[in-house]
Amino acid sequence: MLLFGQYAFPTKVIRPNDKDHTDMAEAAAAPALQLDGVTCTFPSPDGRGRSYTAVQGASFTVADGEFVSIVGPTGSGKSTMLNVAAGLLKPSEGRALSFGQPVTGINPKAGYMFQAEALMPWKSALDNVAAGLEFRGVSKAEARERALPWLSRVGLEGFGDRFPHQLSGGMRKRVALAQTLIVDPKIILMDEPFSALDVQTRQMMENELLDLWAADRKSVVFITHDLEEAIAMSDRVLVLSAGPGARLIGEYRIDLERPRDVAEIRMTPQFLDLHKEIWGQLRDEVLKGYAQTKLR
Amino acid sequence: MRSHAKRLPGRPVILLLQLGVLIAFFLIWHVLTDTKILSPFFFGTPGAVLARTWADFASGVIWYHLGITLLETALAFVIGTVAGIAFGFWFARAPLVSLVFDPYIKAVNALPRVVLAPIFALWLGLGIWSKVALGVTLVFFIVFFNVYQGVKEVSPVVLANARMLGASSRDLFRHVYLPSALSWVFSSLHTAVGFAMVGAVVGEYLGSAAGLGYRIHQAEGVFDTVGVFSGMLVLTIFVVLIDAAVTMIEKRLLHWRPQDTSGGQH
Repeated sequence: MLLFGQYAFPTKVIRPNDKDHTDMAEAAAAPALQLDGVTCTFPSPDGRGRSYTAVQGASFTVADGEFVSIVGPTGSGKSTMLNVAAGLLKPSEGRALSFGQPVTGINPKAGYMFQAEALMPWKSALDNVAAGLEFRGVSKAEARERALPWLSRVGLEGFGDRFPHQLSGGMRKRVALAQTLIVDPKIILMDEPFSALDVQTRQMMENELLDLWAADRKSVVFITHDLEEAIAMSDRVLVLSAGPGARLIGEYRIDLERPRDVAEIRMTPQFLDLHKEIWGQLRDEVLKGYAQTKLR
Repeated sequence: MRSHAKRLPGRPVILLLQLGVLIAFFLIWHVLTDTKILSPFFFGTPGAVLARTWADFASGVIWYHLGITLLETALAFVIGTVAGIAFGFWFARAPLVSLVFDPYIKAVNALPRVVLAPIFALWLGLGIWSKVALGVTLVFFIVFFNVYQGVKEVSPVVLANARMLGASSRDLFRHVYLPSALSWVFSSLHTAVGFAMVGAVVGEYLGSAAGLGYRIHQAEGVFDTVGVFSGMLVLTIFVVLIDAAVTMIEKRLLHWRPQDTSGGQH
């Protein structure tokens, strides 16, 4: 597509700074993320006492370096679980652990890529990428210098002085990706990050993400309602039931070969088998979820 | 292919048309007073008004009064804006405070500020500070409400994102709340500057010894309509100049915002 001609994707991913992982041993001991019977109950918006339980007793772990997707119908509390893992939301019951540490307040080991626009509109692309470093006490000049290679890594070389409103939706997602990765999080939480993109841009972004991920194998929790996306990218897929009171009802190991191309892998027989198997379970939940949204 | 919207002429043409309206206004005024349809005693004549204004500038007598009015305007604007930003932030970040004070803020804002002018004159004397105080009461509320709104309207996602990136509450203030609030402040800047000037002139008008409002008042006292119109002319010219300066500052500081295609001010 012509649209993408101006910012071609880098095929090779170079690691930003080859730091030696001294905390490797610690990381191997405890899972990157562990949710223990997490239940989240919200007061009802009309304030008439009826509370709404989004997630009911969710427990799962994500190993270090593992790519886990969570699929579920709309309104099944996927984002709620992610917010618990990020420390943005305190669960009503249960707890979250990250690398053995209980998550109280913002999880410092986590990076978060939001579904909605999360860039600061008053900062240029470069300053948005540099923001995380600035918050960590790096001087503005140095933060910018270190942000530059990240911009070219996500294919946005020369776009540093653009403001978010001057970039396309796909380009804004790239900025957000660089912004999340520059602070070197040990676990990346992604909440339907590409759902607003058109199909072509989306597949490119997915491949891009897999390349970046393969370069230094961080843990990823990837939330999506798109089962194909989930299978194409992950090591493991978790299925969430329809809300309210969504529970984890299925777990599937995806042993497809890596590296993968998200567009091509969809054609392989193993992929189709997995899809058939998981969809068999997910379909009922989607129908339930659909019926509920109609009732509401 | 023709677009559905009517094509508007370019900027130079618009400027020429604007100039045309001004000239037409002065011409009609001139013709009406010259033919004595309107009495020059009650309506002045454009020639006399322009001559008087020119003479005032040439003799330099107007500069002193203009300086006083501009000083009062600037002080009212700065004090009102700073206080508005401070209180706006405080109220937006402390929901209890804002709930408790809500009716009182609304009550004070609904009060016609002119009635305060004599009180301020009593408290602060006939110098510049009673006028500054009047201007501050006008500017403060505009800025206050806009900052309050600006802080409240910060996107929760942008906020959560900044926190995930490791922003402390100081970082959040500097990198998220302040830029968001400032964009609202700047959108109200035109109104705020205008009100600062209104405060200064009305204050002078009601009791002072210097300033443009004082000059106009003096002229009215002796039925000098030419003097009144001359004062109004000077005031108008400077309001337009200040407004242009504000637009320039706004463009520089808010360049991150999507351009408003309609280009209109509120």
